[in-house]
This record gives sequence, structure tokens and C-alpha cells, in this order.
Amino acid sequence: MKTEKEEKQEQQPITNPASVDQQVEEDNIEETSPWKDTLKQLRKNRFAIAGFVIILFFIILGVFAPLFTSYSYEEQDLVNRLQPPSSEHWFGTDDVGRDIFARIAYGARVSLQVGFFAVTGALVFGTLLGIIAGYFGRWIDTIISRIFDILLAFPSILLAIAIVAILGASLQNALIAIAIINIPIFGRLVRSKVISLREEEFIMAAKAQGMKSGRIILHHILPNSAAPIIVQATLGFGTAILDAAALGFLGLGAQPPTPEWGAMLAGSRDFIQLAPWTLIVPGISIMLVVLGFNLIGDGLRDALDPKMKN
Amino acid sequence: MTAYIMRRLLQLIPVLLGMTLITFSIVHLIPGNPAQTILGETATQESIETLEENMGLNEPYIVQYGIYITDLLQGDLGTSLRTKTDITDEIWPHIAATFELTFFAMIFAIFIGVNAGIISAWKQNSWFDFLAMMFALVGVSMPVFWLALMEQWVFAQELGWLPAYGRENSRDPIAPITHFYVLDSLIHLDFPRALTVLKHLILPSIALGTIPMAIIARMTRSSMLEVMQSDYIRTVRAKGSGQFLVIYKHALKNATIPVLTVIGLQTGVLLGGAILTETIFSWPGIGRYVFEAINYRDYPVIQSGILVIAFLFVMINLIVDILYTYIDPRIKY
Repeated sequence: MKTEKEEKQEQQPITNPASVDQQVEEDNIEETSPWKDTLKQLRKNRFAIAGFVIILFFIILGVFAPLFTSYSYEEQDLVNRLQPPSSEHWFGTDDVGRDIFARIAYGARVSLQVGFFAVTGALVFGTLLGIIAGYFGRWIDTIISRIFDILLAFPSILLAIAIVAILGASLQNALIAIAIINIPIFGRLVRSKVISLREEEFIMAAKAQGMKSGRIILHHILPNSAAPIIVQATLGFGTAILDAAALGFLGLGAQPPTPEWGAMLAGSRDFIQLAPWTLIVPGISIMLVVLGFNLIGDGLRDALDPKMKN
Repeated sequence: MTAYIMRRLLQLIPVLLGMTLITFSIVHLIPGNPAQTILGETATQESIETLEENMGLNEPYIVQYGIYITDLLQGDLGTSLRTKTDITDEIWPHIAATFELTFFAMIFAIFIGVNAGIISAWKQNSWFDFLAMMFALVGVSMPVFWLALMEQWVFAQELGWLPAYGRENSRDPIAPITHFYVLDSLIHLDFPRALTVLKHLILPSIALGTIPMAIIARMTRSSMLEVMQSDYIRTVRAKGSGQFLVIYKHALKNATIPVLTVIGLQTGVLLGGAILTETIFSWPGIGRYVFEAINYRDYPVIQSGILVIAFLFVMINLIVDILYTYIDPRIKY
């Protein structure tokens, strides 16, 4: 039951003309914000929406995995090994009788977590180094830029493999490796943005007012470099998941019985003729998640890039 | 031009030194005692000490690095712990195998990618454009190794059209000259063998080339769309040139620069991606060489293999940069 006061409040915007005007004015102010604009553009982009739906689906599948399946991802059932898809096992079972749907659902957690942590790590360190290099310039810039050049001189998956070869094969080390290979990508992006911003008048003005470097970076440089970082982070999410799957497939990432999609492919390789579903399902899952992030990333780039507008 | 190439080569020196620093560190960053890790838990104290002696692990880092660089400059890539042979001697066939595979993958990627991109731009918003770009989007998102496994299953195991593993018929090995097997077969004037080798190349090339193909198609499309709107294309059209001539003779030339950049970058991606494709198709390339070394903890091979791949990557990008000036004389250095 609503109280009289609540009812009154709900009616107020309609009955009180002054408040209606205020509301309209507020809407107008919000409409002009660049982020609102971006959101509006994104909503019009059917591909980006499709990307969102795909990712949302996998997030829900991963987070609520126990609600979708009663099977465990590691429990073996040797009597029912390599069963084809049925009402009992939606995606069939693998070579030791584990339910593939359960492994896909729990695997969604693994892949999304890897993507999230690897991208966050790369984003934080890359942005930090990029800002330091771009803002302070001179020898600091030279050193940091050369390090980026060297890291980018290696094909990325190869560098990841080298790092895992040093640290040892595990999901955690694969995650660290993927984060490291992505640091120079974010770093370079931020550096070039900071350099172009550094000479802008509003930064000069802030400096003239006696604002400290830290505050200028936090309040002026970072918010103005956000757009390309967000696009790169979204696209990077996809490649991080692909790289993690590749490392898992080579046996350098997640170790059994972790239900990582790449490792699942490696484990089922020998049964491809006997039980193709053991390979088809994990492969399509990886592809869909990566496709989802690519669609969102492309949509964001179109929405955030002023040249593409109109 | 020569001055530009010299300058670029000089700029490469710090990058190459940095690369050697990273590959040098691979052994030294192993947690714990590297010799112990390499030899495994069951190694005796004596064998650990011998290995430390052989690999020079007892010297100070700076001395070790100095020796490493001096050896590299003399073309000495070290000795494999597993096969006990000089890496310099055994690495070439692997490099040649990867080059051959990468070459065919790139031919596939460029031929299909560039043409699909051109037709998409030409017939913008048509069903072909829509399908090609959807396909390109899916191609970019596809795990290479999964595509490789699917190809192997369908075309080799189910249909039996193409071989699933290796570079050649293993019961009838080739007498290698250059280690590029297609070329070697042709030198021997052995055409049936050349056909066999080509058949072995098809599946891995398509698997490896799919992602670059998708990226090249997207890049060509957007770069063509931009060029097609320019004034000079309108002039060519006004002169009454046919659409085909406008596109392939006039527009493509100017649309090539960004496409070339992507091709250069993608060749590097191919060298890295080759590890996965080569593992699946048992292709005896450098990627598989490094991967097997990881499994055997053969660190000298890991170090040198990675260094060689990175070196090739850097060189390919340098060549692409130099090619720009030939394609677009407006670019001056």
C-alpha cells in the first residue's frame, strides 16, 4: 500500500507545471552530455545490441551456472562417456563422462574472469605508464616508449608463451602473461592521447592556476582520454579470452579439471570423429563470446568517434 | 632512400638489444634454480653442476649477457639440451617450413581478403557486402586452433580429401635442397610430389590465413570506400572509364597503403599463430619447434626460437615500411 505522501510525490511532476519544466530542462542538459550521446548511438546500432545480448547471456550463464545445471563440472561418470547430446545431457558428455553443458556454463566464469582481470591489469598499468611517458616526456618517455617498442616487437601470443614458459603453466600465470602483452597496447594509446592533450589551452590554464600534476592528470587528462581506452578495453576483452583459450589449448593455461574452453578442446582432440560435439560446443562458445565483445567494441568506436557521427 | 634505410636499421639496434635482453632473461627469471628446473626433480647434484657449467650459469649476469650477445653476433644460437646439436644447424628447416606455410596463408588471405573487400566497397550495402562483412567479423572472432581442428575433421577425416598431418608423404621423404618443399619438388622436376606437398599445405594455410583474411577484407573495404569518394576518382569516372578499371587501376593503388600496414602486422600475427596451427597439423615449423622445446624444458631452444621469430617479425615490418615508398612516391623520408 502506498502512503498518501508517496502518492502525492508520484503525481507531483504531472500536476505541478513548474516541476515539469524543471524536468524538461534537466533532460535537455543530460541529452547534451557526450556519454548520453554515445549511449543513444549505441542503442541504434543493432550489431552492438546483439553483442550486448551475447555477453549478457554468457554472464548470466556463468554467474548462475548452478541454477542451469545440476551436474558438476568435474564429476566423472565413466559409464556414460562420450554420450551424444540428449535431454539428459544437452551438449553430450566428454571422454570421462562429464556433462559438457555444465563445463561450458562453469567455463564461462573462467573465460570472463580471465578477460576481466587481464584487461583490468593491462589497463591500469598501461594507462599509468602511458600517462607518465606522455605527461612528463623527455628521458622518462624515451625509456618507457622503447620498452613498449620492444614488447610490441614480439608477436603477442609468442610473448605470452615465453612468459608462461618462465613462470610455469597455470591459469593465473596465463592471466599475468596476457595482461603483460596488453600493457604496451594501452600504454601507447594513452601516451599519444596525453601528448595531444598536453598542449591544449585548458591544460595550460590549469597549470597557470597552479594546479598540481596529479590533479591535472586525474581531473583533466584522464577523463579526456577515456574514449579510446574504453574501445580498446572492450576489444581487448575478446582477444584476452582468445589468447587464454589458446594457452589453455597448448596446455600452458588452465590445468585439468578446470573447465576452461581452450583446455576442453585440447582434451577432446582425439575423439573428434567419435564425438564431434565435444569440440564443436566449446569452440562455438569461445567464438560467440569474442564476437560479442568485438561487436560492442566496434559499436563503441563508431559511437565515440566524432568522424563517424552523422 | 638509402639514407632512410640506414636510419631505420640504426633505430632497430636498441629494439634488437632489448629483444635479446628479454630472451636472455627467460632462463634467469625461472623461479628457483634454473638448472634444477631444466633437469627436473630427480636430477643429481652432479648433473646440475655440469649443466650450470655448460650454460655458464655461475658467471655474473653481465658476463653471461656479454657472452650471449657475442655468441649471437657470431651466429651461434646455442646448443639444444635435448638433441645436443647446434641450434643454428637445426633451426633452418623449421624456419623454411614456417615461411612456406606463412607464404601460402598470406597468399590466401590477401587474394580473398582484398577482393572481398573491393567487391564489398563496390557493392556497398548489398547482400554480398553484408555477408562478406558478417563472415569477416566471425573470422576475426574465431579461435584459429578450433578452425584448424574442424577443417581436419571435415576435410581430412570425414571426407578424406586432404591430408591431416605433416608436410609430405612421410613414407617417401623429399631430398631437401632449400627446405621449401614446393620449390624443392620443382627443382627435382618431380611434379606429382609438388602436388602432394601443395595438398598438405591447403588446410593449414586456410586455418592460419582466415583471421588475416578477415582483417584485410575489413581494412580494404573501409579504405576503398574512402578513396572512392575522392575527386580524382570522380574525374576518372567523368572521363568515361569503366567501373572495373576505376577500381582496379585507379582506386586500389591509393587504397593499398593502409592495407599494406595491416598485411605487415598480420604477417607477425601469423608467425605467432603458427605455433597453434603447426601443433595441430604436425607441421615441423619453428612454432612447433619452440612448443616442443617448452614441453622438454629445452631453454636454449626456447630462447633462440623466440628470438628468431621476433627478429623475423621486426624485419618483415621494416620491409613493409620500405615498400611504402615504392607504392606511394608521395611518402618521402
